[in-house]
Amino acid sequence: MTDSPVVIVGAGQAGCQAAVSLRELGHRGTITLVGDEGVLPYQRPPLTKAYLQGDIGVADLVFRPETYYAQHDISLVLDDPAVSVDRAARQVVLRSGRVLDYENLVLATGSRPRPIPGAHTIRTIGDADFARPRGRVVAIGAGFIGLEHAAVASEAECDVTVVEAQTRALSRVLSEHTAEHVVQVHRRRGVKFLFNATVSEVRPGEVVLADGTVLPADLVVAGIGVVPNVELAQEAGLTVDDGIVVDARLRTSDPAIFAIGDCARFPHGTRQIRLESVQNAVDQASCVAAVIRGSAEPYAQVPWFWSDQYAMKVQIAGLTDGHDNVVVTGDPTTGAFSVFCFRGDELLGVESVNKPVDHVLARRLLAANCPIRPEMVAVPGFDLRTAA
Amino acid sequence: MAKITYVHPDGTSSVVDVEPGNSIMRGAKLAGVEGILAQCGGGATCGTCHIYVDRDNTTPLPAMHDLEDGLLCVTASPRQDNSRLSCQIPVTEELDGLVVHLPEKQL
Repeated sequence: MTDSPVVIVGAGQAGCQAAVSLRELGHRGTITLVGDEGVLPYQRPPLTKAYLQGDIGVADLVFRPETYYAQHDISLVLDDPAVSVDRAARQVVLRSGRVLDYENLVLATGSRPRPIPGAHTIRTIGDADFARPRGRVVAIGAGFIGLEHAAVASEAECDVTVVEAQTRALSRVLSEHTAEHVVQVHRRRGVKFLFNATVSEVRPGEVVLADGTVLPADLVVAGIGVVPNVELAQEAGLTVDDGIVVDARLRTSDPAIFAIGDCARFPHGTRQIRLESVQNAVDQASCVAAVIRGSAEPYAQVPWFWSDQYAMKVQIAGLTDGHDNVVVTGDPTTGAFSVFCFRGDELLGVESVNKPVDHVLARRLLAANCPIRPEMVAVPGFDLRTAA
Repeated sequence: MAKITYVHPDGTSSVVDVEPGNSIMRGAKLAGVEGILAQCGGGATCGTCHIYVDRDNTTPLPAMHDLEDGLLCVTASPRQDNSRLSCQIPVTEELDGLVVHLPEKQL
């Protein structure tokens, strides 16, 4: 059993959880959590939901009070970012010149929004403060970030237009069926959508589209995806490919260094994937802590995601990309239904709208690899509870 | 402040002063009390902040809505009459002294 010094670079959801999990598993060596935002580790999902809405404040976002870290002997370095890794010496160098020795290094460097010059992106508390809804709002990108912002803006009586380059909303994360429902809910609230529309320029007070359309805007928010923060790993000579490449136990090409969360590209079935989600951050953090403590268990968790818009809770269990047929249960007209996504006979995942029980059961079914075929779900009165 | 006692499955307990306005879930998380996962952050969507509440007819608990009721049917540890999701109970001064029991498992 090793009780060696661990350095964790990145104090977001993944990095913070890794530190907490290491202590929970009895790790007694030093743990240093290195962030770059100057604030205690905090939850990001509310930044485009309750925090943006003003329902909660910064104090409600932090995971743990400062006393927790002191009591658990977790050293916090919150405003002195890591600038390089000396793998031969097993040292992390911080901007101030301070050097941290490690036996195990966990990279939880996260991701950053793809920028559009002139538009706000939302990743940090400061970003959200700058993106408080006001006046005429243009959201670029009909993904979760853009639509969550649009929902808050619409509830704040703003005039909201969503501009999307693809032919439909949420094409990367939701089936056409569920995405269409989400768009309808927004439309009923007065949100306007422009599909197949690309932005050529964001100017002060307006957004210019490629076809020449000019949209007046008091606030422009872009949610067009993220880029993983791989630079530290890359400069240290680790294998990088749209993410820091790790094996099934989340080890990078250097066995003393791990990568978790948004920045990690890991094996999932027959492919290598990278996920941007709370679930992935938390579960990989728990896994890496166990591996550092000597576990040989590979990472194998069912991915899940959620998005809150208005009173609508969208939850996804599994990875539904590549599905070729769906079966809908529940009644979409009531706003509570689930969409079972299959490729052939294989259940890839389940999208639930205001059906949290379906979501919980679907996660269990997927984790247990229960064979659920489309014709089983299509039977009237199908009950996930009996299947689970 | 309201004193909330979280009783672990092994019988030990953690007593926490929770600031009113925080949920019973958040009170546990802030104090580092283990045994409440709250994977969804507190929206009655995941069912991993399940607790058993020591209560009688006079305990001022908020009414249970459908989502919470549904999720309590699929919690990892069995539902009992006094099962609640701790994210759905805001702490008030009136709840000072409340005792809640943590289940064996949340997942």
